[in-house]
Amino acid sequence: MPELERHDVDVLIIGAGGSGLRAAIDASATGARTAVVCKSLLGKAHTVMAEGGVAAALGNVWPEDNWEVHFRDTMRGGKLLNNWRMAQLHAQEAPERVLELEEWGALFDRTPDGRILQRDFGGHRYARLAHVGDRTGLELLRTVQQRSVSLGVEVFMECKIIRLLHGPSGEVNGAVGLWRESGRFVVFSAKAVVLASGGIGKTWKFTSNSWESTGDGHALALWAGADLIDMEFVQFHPTGMVWPPSARGILVTEGVRGDGGVLRNSEGRRFMFDYIPDFYAKETADSEAEADQWYGNKRDFRRPPELLPRDEVARSINAEVKAGRGSPHGGVFLDIASRRSAEDIKRRLPSMYHQFKELADVDITSEPMEVGPTCHYVMGGVRVDGDTTASTVAGLYACGEVAGGMHGANRLGGNSLSDLLVFGQRAGRYAAEHALGIKGTTIVDEAQVDAVCNEALGCFSAEGENPYALHQDLQETMQALVGIIRTESELIQAKERLEGFAERAAAVSVEGHRQFNPGWHLALDLQSMLAVANCTTGSAIERKESRGGHTRDDYRESDPDHFGKVNMVSRLHDGVVEVSESPLPTMPEELQALFEEGH
Amino acid sequence: MASTTEQAAATTNEAAQSAAPRRSVTLRLWRGDADGGGLVDYEVPALEGEVVLDVVHRIQATSAPDLAVRWNCKAGKCGSCSAEINGKPRLMCMTRMSTLPQDEPITVSPMRTFPVIRDLVTDVSYNFTVAAAIPAFSPGPREADGTYRMAQVDIDRSQEFRKCIECFLCQNVCHVIRDHEDNKQYYAGPRFLARLAELEMHPLDNLDRRRYISEQMGIGLCNITKCCTEVCPESIHITDNAIIPLKERVVDARYDPVAWLGRKLLGRKPPKSATAVAAVAPLWRDRGAEHAGAGSKEA
Ligand code: SF4
Ligand code: SF4
Ligand code: FES
Repeated sequence: MPELERHDVDVLIIGAGGSGLRAAIDASATGARTAVVCKSLLGKAHTVMAEGGVAAALGNVWPEDNWEVHFRDTMRGGKLLNNWRMAQLHAQEAPERVLELEEWGALFDRTPDGRILQRDFGGHRYARLAHVGDRTGLELLRTVQQRSVSLGVEVFMECKIIRLLHGPSGEVNGAVGLWRESGRFVVFSAKAVVLASGGIGKTWKFTSNSWESTGDGHALALWAGADLIDMEFVQFHPTGMVWPPSARGILVTEGVRGDGGVLRNSEGRRFMFDYIPDFYAKETADSEAEADQWYGNKRDFRRPPELLPRDEVARSINAEVKAGRGSPHGGVFLDIASRRSAEDIKRRLPSMYHQFKELADVDITSEPMEVGPTCHYVMGGVRVDGDTTASTVAGLYACGEVAGGMHGANRLGGNSLSDLLVFGQRAGRYAAEHALGIKGTTIVDEAQVDAVCNEALGCFSAEGENPYALHQDLQETMQALVGIIRTESELIQAKERLEGFAERAAAVSVEGHRQFNPGWHLALDLQSMLAVANCTTGSAIERKESRGGHTRDDYRESDPDHFGKVNMVSRLHDGVVEVSESPLPTMPEELQALFEEGH
Repeated sequence: MASTTEQAAATTNEAAQSAAPRRSVTLRLWRGDADGGGLVDYEVPALEGEVVLDVVHRIQATSAPDLAVRWNCKAGKCGSCSAEINGKPRLMCMTRMSTLPQDEPITVSPMRTFPVIRDLVTDVSYNFTVAAAIPAFSPGPREADGTYRMAQVDIDRSQEFRKCIECFLCQNVCHVIRDHEDNKQYYAGPRFLARLAELEMHPLDNLDRRRYISEQMGIGLCNITKCCTEVCPESIHITDNAIIPLKERVVDARYDPVAWLGRKLLGRKPPKSATAVAAVAPLWRDRGAEHAGAGSKEA
């Protein structure tokens, strides 16, 4: 092997989305030598796709709002399976993390008295989402990007991390990466590694996620010996585009519903009234008349059922389509045209207007949109300490979507951007503290480096199929068998197929040379996707109940006495994913009381 | 029924397509690298409702697995998939096949202003260098209650520029750098002039970048052709709303003592020297001192 490019840093951050860059800002502020590695160019991360807003109990629109209400909403949305400590810190720290963005140049939409405007979203009791039209994610990403650049954070763009490296006692001490442009390997030695790699959506066929969301961080953690939790909980966002076929899965922001849009079936019925679960009955309007008054008077009326948490809405749409009351292309109708003026729609939802006009030739100010569930977010991820974001492996941290626990069984809209900020900041800070506490130079194990490089080059000499075909089969399988509604026999079938895919993946061959070769990159990403698919399928088999983003047709009720008290842990054992139960951390009494006051 | 079909077919291309699903399209893609390359034709079946990027992906998944292309969001939000489609700078993910003439090959080539890496992928690092040279946002302290107050009307303009998805299509089309590689050292380009305008118009910002904009960012090289505005997928009025007002401000800063005084009286932007501003823009430091006044021609 020719001489490899090498870099030595204190903190290596994998991923340059909101959480990675937020981590970089705090890590470099402590004086740690910090580098960020990302698969795309800087500023392209999936964070830009977040539309609706960032949830923070600023209390600008509703002075009654505070962290306790936000905490309670988050836990209820997560079906009480959240890591309570994370949910608490998140609710407490989100407001300051948002205000800090303004200090770095962010421009949120304003209230008449010049403060940050907040909008309604599903599952949030008060209008809580700070936003910029429907491009909040872009604003957030650009802000932390510009801040990182001004601080001189080093960014390695278009570089994929293939494996983490570990020292003699199993601690993470570096990583091997691949420059996409040149196809050359690069070795990082680091005293701490922060995973901020985002989600896993590309494992499913219909997804709102970009090509980058292949679960790299989840897989890297697993291979490094860390625990993953809750991997069965995958959020299908209720409203993705369903037509044209090539646009299928692209996100339609929940902001459409927050701003007055309603869901209708082919009979024109607002069917969400038929699906209000008991758990939410007290706070949900049961007639159209009441629901419509809520937009103007939120104090005296209850919320429309279109704003139930995402898992409820996704399941309901699924059921309507199954019952034959879907739209022509297999979704349902999302109608804002008949409810708001064209001018309002264009002002509040400019990128939705643009997206439908350009991609589907639909004018959302005069026609309804066709929408259906799309794989959007994974609640599960690396098991971390709530305060420090430390994983179960020394030197390895995780924040943002790749970390598990914060959102429990289902994430509320708007809680992702705030999660990125709160735990990105914590990851940066604690990873840097850890790194600065380690004296001496980091020596990586060359044998591990060689093994990783050789394995990664294997597909150039293999004689198997092309990686695109395998990726497609994987996506079809996960979509069909490990989708919104699951059942034991199908899950077991999926598990068997995954074993076959693993064999095929080992023989995948790529054409061409090493320079900017997407086929090769996909072959490497497939390794991560397969690891993730195994964790999700395995945990989905074990969790024999329905809860949040995990619905079992053969166990339709939730089981508060058993499964409501455990996390499913995925761990690698002799190269195979093993799933086991682990007790949920118990909430202290003063927090428990928040759920008992009859809120 | 038949008449409805005919009507639909006559009005939209898609309808025509779905009526004859076995039609094919030819994409003429530029393939090659820094050492050279050329156009290669790929014929694929035409499918309903596709955008150019979908067809590129299908070619990648079938006949050219090593075809290099950048993309992320497939929804016009990340600005990764910029290219020249039939010679026009556009986003591949937002260009519907049905809007292009389908009876002849559709040419897709990389952005010309940036050096080719491979196939449709170009080296856009120039843009990151300029971005790093922009003096950072510098706000005053928060209000007593720990927040900032800004009126919506005062931020509308800067918000317009913050819609930018950094597709660099405007940079690609701007003749100042498209036709004169050398100018890249002296010129920030439309994207970053808009970014500078955003900062200058930001109600909380306290830094005066005007001399820096004229002397280091080369605003004088722009001769208001508006080509950048025409290609912006976010419909940002780069020339009218960013560059022209910025040019006016820069002129004010240098030659108009009354305007200068007026600004001071408004108390928003205490002027700072260009050197002080340049000190917060370290990556631009190695530009030759002889070019420091690149913008002066314009005035
Ligand atoms: S208006 Fe100025 S910046 Fe825009 S393309 Fe023309 S010369 Fe370039
Ligand atoms: S200003 Fe418009 S054209 Fe230029 S980079 Fe931004 S979005 Fe692209
Ligand atoms: S892929 Fe994001 S803009 Fe085209």
